[in-house]
Amino acid sequence: MKLSGAEIIIKSLQEEGVDAIFGYPGGQVIPFYDALYDATLKHYLVRHEQGAAHAADGYARATGKPGVCVATSGPGATNLVTGIATAYMDSIPMIAITGQVPCSMIGKDSFQEADITGITLPITKHNFLVDDINDLARIIKESFHIATTGRPGPVLIDVPKNVQVESTNYKYPETVSLKGYKVTMEANKAQVKNAVNLIKESRRPVIYAGGGVVNSGASSELYRLAELTSSPVTTTLMGIGSFPETHPLSLGMLGMHGTKAANYAVTDCDLLIAVGARFDDRVTGNIAEFAPKARIIHIDIDAAEIGKNIRIDVPIVGDVKNVLTELNKKLEQTESHEWYNKIIELKDKYPLAYENNGKLKPQFIIEQIYDLTKGEAIITTEVGQNQMWAAQYYKYTKPRSFISSGGLGTMGYGFPAAIGAKVGCPDAVVIDIAGDGSIQMNIQELATAVQYNIPVIVAILNNNYLGMVRQWQELFYDRRYSHTDITGPDFVKLAEAYGAMGIRVTEPGQVKPALKQAIEAKRPVVIDFVVDREENVFPMVPPGGANHKMLGG
Amino acid sequence: MRHILAVLVENNPGVLTRVAGLFSRRGYNIDSLSVGRTEHPNVSRMTIVVEGDDLVLEQVTKQLHKLVDVIKINDITSEEYVDRELVLVKVGADPAVRGEIIQIVDIFRARIVDIGQRTLIIECTGDEGKISAVIESLKPFGIKELVRTGKIAMLRGHKFTSLNEFKEEE
Ligand SMILES: Cc1ncc(C[n+]2csc(CCOP(=O)(O)OP(=O)(O)O)c2C)c(N)n1
Ligand SMILES: [Mg+2]
Repeated sequence: MKLSGAEIIIKSLQEEGVDAIFGYPGGQVIPFYDALYDATLKHYLVRHEQGAAHAADGYARATGKPGVCVATSGPGATNLVTGIATAYMDSIPMIAITGQVPCSMIGKDSFQEADITGITLPITKHNFLVDDINDLARIIKESFHIATTGRPGPVLIDVPKNVQVESTNYKYPETVSLKGYKVTMEANKAQVKNAVNLIKESRRPVIYAGGGVVNSGASSELYRLAELTSSPVTTTLMGIGSFPETHPLSLGMLGMHGTKAANYAVTDCDLLIAVGARFDDRVTGNIAEFAPKARIIHIDIDAAEIGKNIRIDVPIVGDVKNVLTELNKKLEQTESHEWYNKIIELKDKYPLAYENNGKLKPQFIIEQIYDLTKGEAIITTEVGQNQMWAAQYYKYTKPRSFISSGGLGTMGYGFPAAIGAKVGCPDAVVIDIAGDGSIQMNIQELATAVQYNIPVIVAILNNNYLGMVRQWQELFYDRRYSHTDITGPDFVKLAEAYGAMGIRVTEPGQVKPALKQAIEAKRPVVIDFVVDREENVFPMVPPGGANHKMLGG
Repeated sequence: MRHILAVLVENNPGVLTRVAGLFSRRGYNIDSLSVGRTEHPNVSRMTIVVEGDDLVLEQVTKQLHKLVDVIKINDITSEEYVDRELVLVKVGADPAVRGEIIQIVDIFRARIVDIGQRTLIIECTGDEGKISAVIESLKPFGIKELVRTGKIAMLRGHKFTSLNEFKEEE
């Protein structure tokens, strides 16, 4: 069958099971969009390419399937960059397809030429420039393979216009052969044995679970490990939802804005079992004082993570699900009443708390969202205080129910990600917990949500501040609020101008009715929660400090 | 400590940028890097000399392995190997001193590859020590220009940095 390059891209995407893509046309992708005109592949026209990248990312995080975004060359491609970097830092499978000037024009500073494979080299798992149409199908196949296996990540495919136009015999390859790409799935048996021994010797174990558990689909294996070993479980921001926070062994999140119970337990434990996590500085605080009494087992699919930031006693490279399955087979039920009681005591003594003084508190809003949705919603977040409160005050019980930019901390992520998540999971209630600053970074996607009637809810915790930066200024810069007192539009009117529903909430009593109304509206809704302005996120480990020395809370 | 890595890579455009970019972005120190084709047309070989302790080297190797275009990495530092560099030196060579220069060239088993009116170009191959010694000896005559390749290296005897599939063909 002879097909054009543009048709090959569409056919190949369908071959990979892609049912929705997010993109924006332009000069160097007109042939692709022309082929799309007749195709059954569902395309969502965003209003800014960054929105396409985040939507593809949100789709991937919600469904576990790779997300796909498309942009034209030059400015279209560079607009994807923040979204690609966001996915890269959080190991999210994504395919970014960009148009490029024709091969004969490359390197001549042609109109809308940008070296996007060069630009994205450090923020993609791999990338390709297709200079021969006969390589196109193979490269797409390889891209999906690379993006979705091992430690997942974004792959960019740059397709010059002439390659989209030319035609060739099309056959989608059945296998990939990449000499330099190997994935270690199965654990080394000796190391599993060593891990079992350490676990048996341990009196005070803690499991520290990260995004790798979610990526690997290993929640039930993690659950089993925790119950077998009676280990409390703390998660990173990326690991939220991998272990039910309603479980007595759940410590919640650890690190800079983690719970006191989690940080104290890690400081005190004699064995730390790190599962699909990478000892990020926001997690460890001063690394010299992180888990100082513990021996460490580190399970990760990426060998390069092991020993990168901290000394490891037992490294196990492999797919988290496989490794935990092996480990669980070799473990017997153990109980440590002393440690269990200590954990319960820590949780009782140091619950997350805020002052309830009758004003509208952001934490209260999150609690109300939890109450109404019973932990069944998909929560996305922006970045800042809103993100931390969303992480702290909602009780996540399922993987892929909390979607947030962890590694890069990208303001403007949450709303387009919510759109992508809703496209992928149309039956779920999807709520973006936003800040008034962040939401202004990709607010234009309201038009996308309205055009396709994607009923996501944006819950703005409006403090009229770049709140998290203001908090740092308050605590560490003598309250000099330099350029953090930010204004915004009338969000209700703005929502209405876009054709969405807008609701303003100023009193605690209005919170639940407003949320109910939003959920029942079945269309895009923006709720402007005008909250107590100078509320802070606590507890907090000051940057570079030791995790057991927390401020507030 | 300095380590010598023999790295086989896919001969794709941009592979050098990928490797060099990895070193600079993660702050590893490259002493030298040389690259060229191998016995297999699709495979190039890099010899990378990198400075760092064992922990750094472990990270360098693991990060390199993550590049899709990198096929195989051998840290040959602690093995028996042969290594060579090539240098071209243009020295000032008035007729009065030419004899002396030719003597030095002979001692180092180097070669004169160009004779100008006032200059000579000398070619020398050898390990790093020899190259440095020859340069030192030529300094008094005035070095006008100097270019040297990075190190290339190969394991001695029956050990290979090669792809298994190709070894079987041999
Ligand atoms: C794109 C981007 N620019 C800047 C920052 C730095 N930053 C982190 S939090 C924050 C404030 C966010 O303000 P807002 O969205 O209102 O959230 P709040 O903290 O008030 O809840 C800023 C500016 C960032 N994370 N991302
Ligand atoms: Mg704010």
